[in-house]
Amino acid sequence: MSAPAASIKGRAFGDHLLLALVLLLSIVMIAPVLWVIGLSLKDNAELMADPNSVFHAPYTLKNYINTVGTSSVFIWVRNSIIVSGGLTLGTLILSSLAGYGFARLNFPGRDVLFVIVLFGLAVPEQAVLVARHQIFSMLKFHNTFQGLILPGLSAPFGVFLMTQYFKAIPKELDEAAMLDNASRLRIFWKVLLPLTLPAQATLGIFTFLGAWNDYFWPLISATRKDMFTLTVGMASTQTNFAQSEGIGFLMAQAVFAGAPILIVYLFFQKYIVTAVSGAAVR
Amino acid sequence: MVDRLAMSPTATLAVGARTPTADIYAPQWRNFIFVAPFLFFFTTLLLFPLLWGMWLSFHKADTFSSGNFVGFGNYVRLYHDKVFLQSIWNTFYFVLLTVPTLALIGLFLALCLNRRTRTAAVLRTLFFSSSVLSVTIVTLIWRIVFIPNVGLLSTIYGWFGATAPAFISDPNLAMVGIAIATIWWCIGLPMMLFLSALQQIPQDIYEAAALDNANRWQTLRSITLPSIKRTFILVIIIQIVLQFQLFGQAWLMTRGGPNNLTKPIVLYIYDTAFRRWDLGLGAAASEILFILILIAAMAQYLVTRSRGDQA
Repeated sequence: MSAPAASIKGRAFGDHLLLALVLLLSIVMIAPVLWVIGLSLKDNAELMADPNSVFHAPYTLKNYINTVGTSSVFIWVRNSIIVSGGLTLGTLILSSLAGYGFARLNFPGRDVLFVIVLFGLAVPEQAVLVARHQIFSMLKFHNTFQGLILPGLSAPFGVFLMTQYFKAIPKELDEAAMLDNASRLRIFWKVLLPLTLPAQATLGIFTFLGAWNDYFWPLISATRKDMFTLTVGMASTQTNFAQSEGIGFLMAQAVFAGAPILIVYLFFQKYIVTAVSGAAVR
Repeated sequence: MVDRLAMSPTATLAVGARTPTADIYAPQWRNFIFVAPFLFFFTTLLLFPLLWGMWLSFHKADTFSSGNFVGFGNYVRLYHDKVFLQSIWNTFYFVLLTVPTLALIGLFLALCLNRRTRTAAVLRTLFFSSSVLSVTIVTLIWRIVFIPNVGLLSTIYGWFGATAPAFISDPNLAMVGIAIATIWWCIGLPMMLFLSALQQIPQDIYEAAALDNANRWQTLRSITLPSIKRTFILVIIIQIVLQFQLFGQAWLMTRGGPNNLTKPIVLYIYDTAFRRWDLGLGAAASEILFILILIAAMAQYLVTRSRGDQA
């Protein structure tokens, strides 16, 4: 009788140890964010005198008022919405059309083309950046919205995802319509597209999030302050912590930029996790 | 509608003699229209720049002209460039710091949080939440943790009358600081990949093990870990590919310093091509990076392919 009792006791101890470790890791996850929120609510002079003043009143919304009132943050948010929205819309249209084409229709050279598209998945952004930047210089696309949106439309992931999804839909669904000589576009639009809504949501959220958080291409393409996206704009203000606005202001800006995306994440969690994991495994 | 669906296989068979199905799936040029829009962007903005970049890497080029052919000149310059060699070493060092840690913490979290309780669900949400933030916000958060005086770390050390390690300015610690911020940022993906692998292990194996009185450690070692071995390799490769492309964290936290000790390959490319406008040299450096990543991507392809064969 004593052996099982001992093992249950051992199990309880192990459980507590694991729980403690997970809790410790959770604190590491949360503490930096709470610290940032705390700093954003403090007056800069008070903060400089004693960082421990974060833990007690007075708190102030002054930094947020300054963020909203004086910085270019709204222009950057607008730019980010235009770029991410445009890229998402374009990606959904191109990927759905191409996914249907590759999965359901036949045309000369289809399989070879699909393999080339798959190869594109292995090409890292950095391998094409230098040439892309030069091409866009010649086309005078830098500091324009098309300059920020177009490169994302060449990414093959969406086509890959939609092709897989169209292939998984039973062929009987559209075969009858094809035999009836309905036009391919009509079948695509009326029969198949409505069935791909879950994949559209996944791809759409993934594309939007990726574009919203993208840093490298906007950094080299948008060099004018009024064309910055939110990521680039915020990075441009944080280069020097010792500037006049102070740390509280920078922290307020970070909260202002980070909160909406975290709220969106809480609502669309399921799709976001599916999309990100799916994109990683391919 | 239901009748028609149920009938359709038979119907296809019945008219098989006239092979209409063969007709609708026969190659037709007009079907190309559906893939043409994507292929246009794919060709002009991905394939062509890829080849153009290779071509540039053999030239001394600036922003508007492709300049003179220099053969392998740029590659020779890279080979003799101490900063470039340092950046390759830095990148490998960073990958070594982050990838195993990410895989192990991710696996640990997945094993602990693979339950149907509310707490586990909340914690899974928490550990993935940092992944949706942009690199700008992540680096801002971690600079404010590491910064002297008002930093979280120095405040905590201050309570004990100690001085916090200088994770950004100390040459020995700067890369570790970047790695810590990166692990905090990226831990969600490995955890989720391990969780979905764990959920695919058939439950009856565990029931059989429980009947055999296997303890938790034995179950973990002889059932759980072997079942997710392939996922473990996959997570390692995915993270190698991702972390090899380190740029934003290094650029925003340390600017590559002190003494180029935290300058990764991508930052070298950025510096060379877009700040010194030596596009040819930058292109050559990106070809080196491309080859390194391609090797990892091939490994990933082989791993996923062999899993497909087994299924």
